[in-house]
Amino acid sequence: MAKVSERATDDISRRQLLGGASALVAAGAAGFAPGAAQAAGPRKGGLIKFGLEGGAQDNVLDPGTYGTQFVQSAGYMWGNGLVEIDGQGKLIPELAVEWNPDATAKTWVFKIRSGVEFHNGKTLTAEDIAYSLNHHRKKDSKSLARSVFAGVSDIKATAPLEITVTLDSANVDLPGLMADYHLLIMPDGGDPNAGIGTGPYVIEKFEPGVIVRGKRNEKYWKAGRAHADVVEIIAINDIVARQSALQGGVVHFITRPDPKLGKNNPALKWFDLPSAMHYLFAMRCDSAPFDNNDLRLAMKYAVDRQDLLTRVYANSGKLGNDHPVPAFDPMFSAEVPIRAYDPDKAKFHFKKSGFSGPVQLSVSDAGFTSATAAATLYKEHAAKAGIDIALNRVPADGYWSDVWKKKPFCPAYWGGRVTAGLMLQAVYTSQSPNNETFWQRPAFDKLLAQAQAELNVARRKEMFHDLQMMLWEDGGTVQPLFANTLFATSAKVDGFAPSPLFTAFRAAEQLYLTS
Amino acid sequence: MNWGGRTLINVLAPRIVLAVLTLFIISLVIFFSVELLPGDTAEAMLGHDATVEALATLRRELQLDSPAYVRYWRWIIDLLHGDLGKSLSSGRAVSDLLAQRLPNTFFLAGFAALISVPLSFVLGVITALYRERAVDRGVNFVALAASSLPDFFVAYALILIFSVHLGWVPPISIISPESSLAERLYLTGLPALTLTFATSAYMLRMTRASILSLLSSPYIEMARLKGVSSGRVIVGHALPNALGPIANVTALTLAYLVVSVVVVETVFAYPGLGQLFVDSVSKRDIPVVQVVAMVFASTYIVLNLVADMVALAANPRLMHPR
Repeated sequence: MAKVSERATDDISRRQLLGGASALVAAGAAGFAPGAAQAAGPRKGGLIKFGLEGGAQDNVLDPGTYGTQFVQSAGYMWGNGLVEIDGQGKLIPELAVEWNPDATAKTWVFKIRSGVEFHNGKTLTAEDIAYSLNHHRKKDSKSLARSVFAGVSDIKATAPLEITVTLDSANVDLPGLMADYHLLIMPDGGDPNAGIGTGPYVIEKFEPGVIVRGKRNEKYWKAGRAHADVVEIIAINDIVARQSALQGGVVHFITRPDPKLGKNNPALKWFDLPSAMHYLFAMRCDSAPFDNNDLRLAMKYAVDRQDLLTRVYANSGKLGNDHPVPAFDPMFSAEVPIRAYDPDKAKFHFKKSGFSGPVQLSVSDAGFTSATAAATLYKEHAAKAGIDIALNRVPADGYWSDVWKKKPFCPAYWGGRVTAGLMLQAVYTSQSPNNETFWQRPAFDKLLAQAQAELNVARRKEMFHDLQMMLWEDGGTVQPLFANTLFATSAKVDGFAPSPLFTAFRAAEQLYLTS
Repeated sequence: MNWGGRTLINVLAPRIVLAVLTLFIISLVIFFSVELLPGDTAEAMLGHDATVEALATLRRELQLDSPAYVRYWRWIIDLLHGDLGKSLSSGRAVSDLLAQRLPNTFFLAGFAALISVPLSFVLGVITALYRERAVDRGVNFVALAASSLPDFFVAYALILIFSVHLGWVPPISIISPESSLAERLYLTGLPALTLTFATSAYMLRMTRASILSLLSSPYIEMARLKGVSSGRVIVGHALPNALGPIANVTALTLAYLVVSVVVVETVFAYPGLGQLFVDSVSKRDIPVVQVVAMVFASTYIVLNLVADMVALAANPRLMHPR
């Protein structure tokens, strides 16, 4: 066990170093000064209102259904998870106070916080944790988090304040999995739709697709959080409506403001934060023409990433390098060469591939935000290398069932996973149902499994470098960029402490009114 | 009531039968066109990284595994038993959803109608009275311009002026069942105004045109020759005969107010039927789509029926078609 805690500290410093280098500098530049706010002491009381997107009439409080900001934020009003992600992307204790693997990383023991009370007065025990986790993995579960538990063979309470998770194969990323926003803790046997948890706000009102209101949980266990008396989340799906609600003073916080509007308004604060969300073009490696790596390389060299970032996304993002590991991830390898726009190399590989004629790209904005505009620019970039991309516009309706994973070349996006290992597992392993490029390399699968069982961070990092190189050299993904996430708040609130993943989900317990 | 030997029932009965038939056909068209859209509720709900097992479980649970005609048959049998069904995506009773959203939409449409109908009627009479004069041209220009602009543009412009710059009214209209009438009126002021802009021009011009077309008829000439003032000629003589077409246009406009609020509801985040409809189509939530479409269709049919009755009352000659 001593070895493990050593590993943990090592992990922390790496994450801080890497996270600090990118995420926080950007946040600071956007007006967020960590620590400064705490010095003055957050003000208690008042009503804070959020204007969030993703409200719909089918919203329910069952955490297994969460897929949009409106309910994700509502979830962290009433609930807590086992593990929290802090501003540096580091895993910190929430309802679990510590976690330790056995020597093989196949059995994990989580110690549960004592003295925590649910909104209904019940005291938190390991049985509640086991019930809440098993809600997602029981046989007929339709939870969106079902895949989180793919490699988990058992979860049970092994002491009043201890649960043991048993895995089929070793996975050092298990604590990261437990930070998933679906895994909110409910009382044993409770109705998943009741919204009863240990969280900062007791749900008073829940109107699907309209509003969620909670009043402060006076017995909330977490120190220095939950400042406002009442928090309201209002569903505002229209971007201009959201923005005018913020500018008109109706709400204090909005997701995804329009960068073209109001960025110079001194009454607003902007947060332009790097995220693990990435946009890509997927090439099917199991069939012609993209079973040919030269053609794949040609397509990778033929895109001017910086141009896309500047012209389509107003520089709100980071350059991608054809693998899904963001620069703030501790497993990110800086040694993978940066792939720049190179029409000559593109021309060379295109010629070498022996392929001729136009390359068919099926595109719709359902693939990722502004995918059509990005593809149009991509076509221009490729034309300079003598490659003709034929754009086939396809309908957004049914895109994910009829185009994605069906057509040889099409856009797609991923919101990222808590750790690089989970992301690679979810999309790039041979047997994954999400393997959109049909890129199947047993060597990659094997190395990833080894890396996931490797408790030594330095050795794991080397393995992850090799994995990123394999995708960079041979993978089926042209991944031009990582998208930033944008938020704006009114100058009347402070305390927003975004994390690199699940950025603003816990904002309800963080914000406080400054005047 | 008896109009020259034909009772109201005689007039209404065939129309009601036709209306029911129309609704049935609409339900068929809606059901099978939603069916034609790619993807189903399970996929829409679980998103693109759903596991195959989760999809299968959900499909079984929602009975999406049975063929379309079987599901339609079940739906219509339930409907005939007075059961509107359950939303596929939220599991809530469609009647509950309607009970929440329908009053909101009718409230907004009613509020807008209360402004726009009298306004356009009065302006219509005034422009007829002062035709080809500055008032007529000015009112017409403004009305036409307002109705030519898309709803969302008018909405954004109003938000910019009245909420962001002047700060008189909130830019979004979140109302709840507990809101008082005064709160509701305050919160829905901008959307109602937007709808007024969108709908007034049509009614105004119809009022003006039908009055003007009558002004050259002999009985109006006669009234004029007898020295009746032009205001009385229009209000007392021309208007009663013009009511039929005006009622028709008004009914169509009212129906338009109810069904066209989709855009306006989105812009103002107003929890009405339009939002529900858009959500449900994107989730392929057929039971909800069906019922909302039925409500929209019924609104049209009922309002048209009412317009016909008003036209008949205003002009009993229509009871005896030649």
